[in-house]
Amino acid sequence: MTPASAASRWAIVLLVGLALVPVLSALTGQTFYVFLLSKMMILAIAAVSLNLILGYGNMPSFGHAGFLGIGAYTVAILSVRASEAQGGWLASAFVQLPLAAVTAALAALIIGAVSLRTRGVYFIMITLAFGQMLFSLGVALEPYGGDDGMTLPLATTLGPGELSSGPVLYYLVLGVLVLALGGFSRLIQSPFGAIIRGAKSNEIRLEAVGVPVLRYRLVAFVIAGAVCGVAGALMANQSGFVSPALAAWTHSAELVVIVLLGGAGTLFGPLFGALAVVGLEEALSRFTEHWRIIFGPLLILVVLANRGGLSGLFRGQNDD
Amino acid sequence: MTLVLEQALNGVQLGVLLFLLAAGLTLVFGIMNFVNLAHGSLYMVGAYFAATFIPWAGSFIAGALLALAATAVVGIGLEILIFRRLYHRDHMDQVLATFGLILFFNELVLMVWGPAGMAIAVPHWLSGQVTLIPGVPYSAYRLAVLVVGLVAAASLYVLVSHTRTGMRIRAGASDRQMAEALGVDIRLLFTGIVGLGAALAALAGLLAAPLRSVHAGMGEDILVLAFVVVVIGGIGSIRGAFIAALGVGLIDTIGRAFLPRGLDALFSDTIADAVGPALSTMLIYLTMVMVLAIRPRGLFPAPGT
Repeated sequence: MTPASAASRWAIVLLVGLALVPVLSALTGQTFYVFLLSKMMILAIAAVSLNLILGYGNMPSFGHAGFLGIGAYTVAILSVRASEAQGGWLASAFVQLPLAAVTAALAALIIGAVSLRTRGVYFIMITLAFGQMLFSLGVALEPYGGDDGMTLPLATTLGPGELSSGPVLYYLVLGVLVLALGGFSRLIQSPFGAIIRGAKSNEIRLEAVGVPVLRYRLVAFVIAGAVCGVAGALMANQSGFVSPALAAWTHSAELVVIVLLGGAGTLFGPLFGALAVVGLEEALSRFTEHWRIIFGPLLILVVLANRGGLSGLFRGQNDD
Repeated sequence: MTLVLEQALNGVQLGVLLFLLAAGLTLVFGIMNFVNLAHGSLYMVGAYFAATFIPWAGSFIAGALLALAATAVVGIGLEILIFRRLYHRDHMDQVLATFGLILFFNELVLMVWGPAGMAIAVPHWLSGQVTLIPGVPYSAYRLAVLVVGLVAAASLYVLVSHTRTGMRIRAGASDRQMAEALGVDIRLLFTGIVGLGAALAALAGLLAAPLRSVHAGMGEDILVLAFVVVVIGGIGSIRGAFIAALGVGLIDTIGRAFLPRGLDALFSDTIADAVGPALSTMLIYLTMVMVLAIRPRGLFPAPGT
């Protein structure tokens, strides 16, 4: 058994287990875990999208939460419009999610086109700056709550169901997560993915054989932004609330932490990372409301002790 | 005109504070190639120490000096315990670990000092107004912040450009391995730089405290501005950081004060009301993006970085 397949086996067990949770919760009457795990899976979707650029493409974006903000505010704006019109098609998930993806993709196109000309620390910093711009934009959106954010006046509808209902949202989120994992798995194995991964190890050589690396990277950046926009739209529905804090740089850093903790550049790493972060937060906050005082140093210890993230545990040593 | 001058002074004063924060960041960044997200935490810890020590010592200056020393000790402790194990690691590892420190320090100040935050009063001998330029009364405290910041900047300049220690720092910035080979005790130098950077961050924190408030998470907002300054100035360049800090301070302050009005004059009220606040807060980030588009390594890139 190769180590990589051990990680994917665990991931598949995890996904099947996740599919059973709402059933079990309906039987036991414990609805809390449906809520907690949808939150975890939405973070996982965002982290999976970040992993494409950060993990596979060596584009360490520090503004990725900006796309969460765009997705969430797309839902908020449509929700306000829909409530003014007393319902209607604007509230449909089939309108809101694609629109969130497109809006985020457009923003990613602009941000990527400028940022991808820089490298290393400068790339981290320029994406950070773009993220903060989106954050400021949220703060300046006074009709939508400004600094404080706003509660969604109308939940997104999905056919006859509403995304404010736990199980409906849960299965939608699980579906998007599985789609994202499946899609990225194909994408990474494709010639496109080979170029993205190749550019990580030797960009100059790829350029020399005539591959327009920048263009490929930009496409990857846009795909990652779009998927993250969908995660943002789901996040708005999960909490029923949007605020500029969604796009704050600390939120971007949290996504980076999830990806790195899980194992950057591994397919299921972000899923394990999201599970670990949300699970630890939940477990530690039962002991103390000051759970971060334990979580912070734990993070440092993980970095000092291990280089490959949680997926690295399955692989032994990280080979890159 | 009075308002313009007053806002310009405010801009320089913000710039000076940003410089104090950015100086430590750019040195650590440029010399050790270390991304320290927790630099903002030192700014916060410095402010909390000052809020504690100043009433205890009964004197603003004595309390402030104690806070500087205490924060330097915290910085040195962090360097010895954690940072030095990360210099040779990937930037992302550094980010992860120092983000852990942010979580730790934010929670720690909540536990020790409580969620309400603290305030530092303006010392009574600086509470008045002074008239520096005829017709423009200006807060004495803000002026003092400006002067202290400029003195600190000048001292740093002398230290880096005109002393043997500074020569070692510059040697380390342009070629770390060569400096090491020539017998510079890099470990000690690095520890010292982090300690110095921590003290400068604390100075910024405690000077800003009477103007803003002291609360958990106060370091994160200003850290981003300090990063913007470092990147615009060119990573590792003290001179670049100084010029960029003043520029960012001025652009931010003047932009916030006058951009909405300028838009009012040009466009209809609704457009100006909608765009003004957003554009004025985004202005410095736009500046940074433009600078990087033209000069991808900042205005004054330090050699060898």
